[in-house]
Amino acid sequence: MHIPDGYLSPATAAVMYAASAPFWYRASQKIKTVIAGRLVPRIALFAALAFVIMLFNIPAPGGTTAHAIGSVLAALVVGPWASVLAISVALIIQAFFFGDGGILALGANVFNMAIAMPFAGWFVYRALAGNTSNASRRILAAAIAGYVGANVAALLTGIELGLQAALFRDAAGRALYFPYGIEVAVPAMLLEHLTIAGVVEAFVTGGVLAWILRTNPEMIVESPGASSTVARMPQWAWALIALLVVLTPLGLLTPGSPWGEWGREELANLGLGYIPAGLDQWSNLWRAPIPDYDIPLLENPTIAYIVSALIGAGLVALATFAVLWIVRRVKAQPART
Amino acid sequence: MNQSKRKTRGVIEKTLAEITGALEQTLFAEELARQPGLLQALDARAKLLGAFALLIAISAAQNLVVIAALYALTLPVAIASRVPLGFFLKRVWVLMPFFTGIVALPALFSPFTPGAPLITLIDLASPRVYLAITYPGVITAAFLLMRVGASVSIAVLLILTTRWATLLHALRVLRVPQAFVLILGMTYRYIYVLLHAVNNLFLARTSRVVGRVSGADNRRWVAASMGALFAKSYALSDDVYLAMLSRGFRGEARAMDAIAWRARDGVWLAVFVVIAVIAIWLGK
Repeated sequence: MHIPDGYLSPATAAVMYAASAPFWYRASQKIKTVIAGRLVPRIALFAALAFVIMLFNIPAPGGTTAHAIGSVLAALVVGPWASVLAISVALIIQAFFFGDGGILALGANVFNMAIAMPFAGWFVYRALAGNTSNASRRILAAAIAGYVGANVAALLTGIELGLQAALFRDAAGRALYFPYGIEVAVPAMLLEHLTIAGVVEAFVTGGVLAWILRTNPEMIVESPGASSTVARMPQWAWALIALLVVLTPLGLLTPGSPWGEWGREELANLGLGYIPAGLDQWSNLWRAPIPDYDIPLLENPTIAYIVSALIGAGLVALATFAVLWIVRRVKAQPART
Repeated sequence: MNQSKRKTRGVIEKTLAEITGALEQTLFAEELARQPGLLQALDARAKLLGAFALLIAISAAQNLVVIAALYALTLPVAIASRVPLGFFLKRVWVLMPFFTGIVALPALFSPFTPGAPLITLIDLASPRVYLAITYPGVITAAFLLMRVGASVSIAVLLILTTRWATLLHALRVLRVPQAFVLILGMTYRYIYVLLHAVNNLFLARTSRVVGRVSGADNRRWVAASMGALFAKSYALSDDVYLAMLSRGFRGEARAMDAIAWRARDGVWLAVFVVIAVIAIWLGK
């Protein structure tokens, strides 16, 4: 799922860095406040661990092997904020040391795998496991959280890649970056993660949690009481994530043009309402109100944006509601094991 | 049966190979970074900023020739920095096509990229079946491959000629938050410790196992070994914290060595940035 450099336009890369920055800031603020840096070595060790776990080949059902990311597992053990830092650091080392994942694309990779994934998994886990001390239910919840987390990250990756073809084309209409649209990128990413990679993530998250619960249960941060600071998070974090979902595609709109050309249509369309009458006569360029042929040019990417944002937000919301619905069903019946 | 045996063995062997590969790669990079060479002699900050400028140029250029030219420039720099050319070319053009090549391949064909045909493969009137390699498809695929190839080359040059310690220092000087740099440095150190632990774990396992292991057993074992690593890291992090405290850690890290910015670092950084700006301008 590591996006290499060359797949994303610089504008998208910049937007994704900007989207990740507040999470980095907030996460590093949090470790400053936690008892005099005790978390520093812990995060460092978990980052190293995440790096190593990403190297593991895990036998998937059916005989193939796949790699896990471990973000959701890290969120369950050290909490989502610490896991943002740990997985980010692992991704930075991969990019700067092993050339896995791009340097410009790092913001996008961090957002998908080190922010969206641990938080999505964490919320799913909290919703499913609640305050139960029933080990089986916690393990099942962790496995589902890993599955959902991996698919949320894959969905975001698909959307980011798919947007490129809709937004960035040269004058002849040829795709400049990732060549396939959302309608190809998202199903391709999800197909792999709904079937194999998500299952592997589910297995790693559930399996390792089971092992820890059996041998070192005190390691886990999510046990009730230990997470009083984190339990407060959801409300504003949800709001922030919702805001970002809304803002990310909108933010793309503006920088979308600088890297294309400051063509006359774009300029005209962008600033149409503000062009003074004097300017209007100064240049032919400005005189034309949106000419007929311009409308599809501008509308196609706009529609692509909004549609994709809606699809993305809708799918995430749908997944959340589906999970909550399942929780209610599960809660209604006594747990089997 | 025989097949499943090979597969389940393969899991451990593949992981071992990857872990060894990762260790070897960092050792190779560290060794190369110590040799005298053009890029090795430059300040890490100049290289880091220069690499960023060139990556942005590769990413922003909308002209294949410009991207190819930027790539071509990396070759003499690689030679001047004593990066073995065969390794450098292989790293980029042999490994990358397995991933990006497969991604780019369908874009060649008319169903994904319609346009003027370059080679018509199937053209049946009824039932209507049409498949061609299109001209825009080739251009689109070339853009993706060239961009990825050139970007990877820049990243590989940065990685191979810069020692991790100096890169970390550069990050600190460039105002990346202290805690972040501190964590990065510790992580890098402990990746080795954990890689060695995994290596021993896997070797011990392979040397004790005779006969077939089912996939389910293997999965359980992989989960247990990850759990063991988790426990190990947890214990290690407590030890490290106590060690830090006993050495006077108060939430701030200090580095002993100051790195000096020399005139030629500035000159080279200026060269990189000028090349990047020209490339962006030419590639518009």
